[in-house]
Amino acid sequence: MRHDHIISAKQLSRADIEEVLDRAAEMAADPEAFAARHENALLGLCFFEPSTRTKMSFTAAIQRLGGDVVDMGTVESSSVKKGESLADTVRVVEGYADALVLRHPSEGSAQMASEFVDVPLINAGDGAGQHPTQTLLDLYTIRESAGFDDLTIGIMGDLKYGRTVHSLAHALTTVDATQHFISPESLQLPRSVRYDLHEEGASIKEHTDLEPVLPELDVLYVTRIQAERFPDESEYREVAGEYQIDTETLEPARDDLTVMHPLPRVDEIAHDIDETDHAHYFQQAHNGVPVRMALLDLMLGGDE
Amino acid sequence: MSDRELRVSKIRNGTVIDHINAGQALNVLAILGVTTESGETVSIGIRVPSDRLGSKDIVKVEGRELSQDEVDVLSLIAPAATINIVREFDVIEKHRVERPSEVVGVLSCPNRHCITTEDEPVESRFDVLDDGIRCQYCETIVRDDIAAQIDVA
Repeated sequence: MRHDHIISAKQLSRADIEEVLDRAAEMAADPEAFAARHENALLGLCFFEPSTRTKMSFTAAIQRLGGDVVDMGTVESSSVKKGESLADTVRVVEGYADALVLRHPSEGSAQMASEFVDVPLINAGDGAGQHPTQTLLDLYTIRESAGFDDLTIGIMGDLKYGRTVHSLAHALTTVDATQHFISPESLQLPRSVRYDLHEEGASIKEHTDLEPVLPELDVLYVTRIQAERFPDESEYREVAGEYQIDTETLEPARDDLTVMHPLPRVDEIAHDIDETDHAHYFQQAHNGVPVRMALLDLMLGGDE
Repeated sequence: MSDRELRVSKIRNGTVIDHINAGQALNVLAILGVTTESGETVSIGIRVPSDRLGSKDIVKVEGRELSQDEVDVLSLIAPAATINIVREFDVIEKHRVERPSEVVGVLSCPNRHCITTEDEPVESRFDVLDDGIRCQYCETIVRDDIAAQIDVA
């Protein structure tokens, strides 16, 4: 893989994706073999928004490779509070670390930050923009459970603001999946993503109901619909209720349907699904470690 | 166009932007950053009869030549415009605008969550699409009323 920075899933070719996933599979199979791979490597964490799993799994990933993190801490405790620009912050932190991981509430922040630094920078979420490492772990999970051949996937929930969805849709186009998008009309894919998918010749279909398409799916990727996207609480409850699933909803589905969710969930997936073979979302979250190990390994020059 | 129809004095040194789509002259001034306070001598013709366009706008700015960035943005709202550079009352250079592949600066991104709208040391950059422009940072696509995105500093 030859990328200085990982900003968007759009930049990843099929070969890039397979390379990361293959390396992740090697690492998951024998993590001990890579335990000293990047001894003394330091990963700079710049999280301008709260994060639990992304931050923890990047930390676990670099530590499992023998390295460690330097963490900016929360915005409240940093010099950002004193009015420092993002461009200055990343230029300072790159002097402390071998690679940077950035999460920031503004769209395009990772692209801009990457223009100011020489060390590799990884986008860990830029507003409603992109979240490419989530996409890589999603793809890893899909490849392990359903494979990429003749893959049919349904993506349901908030498609407008969900950055994991935007990144995933690009990557699924790259692996030639058939994509069904299921959402309320007000939360359909944004124009920019639709434009790209159209340009890339993606096979996509949009629906407001899960039911007609469910029996065709190999994978159902569920995302959270957030209350703040609606003008009032009652409208939210009405709409969100239609995009919740339980074991009964899944009766018409194929036995080997894989159900995924980027987590955290609220009530989109009922707990009764957790105990079924459909549930892959916890494994999906765990896959964040080997996939981020693989990505860091490739970006830090693991083959050299 | 005869002098009887359009009595706008010639300029000595500066730029004449001709064949602007009718109604866009004030937007052209905005692209150039020309305001009532900015000091240039400016002549404007709005909805002047034109053989080529039916009617057109024309802008003459004394003492000012256009940067490539300004010409690039100009091409988006006035694709038929011609730029005449005048020195000592003579047109020494005349060319049509060309649609660029990207425009830098001059426009601002309409997405209020875009990093370029914050206090960062970065200029706006847009890719030019067949039917609009697209922010290179947040990827927002603007199709309608590009003139509304002119950054009036």
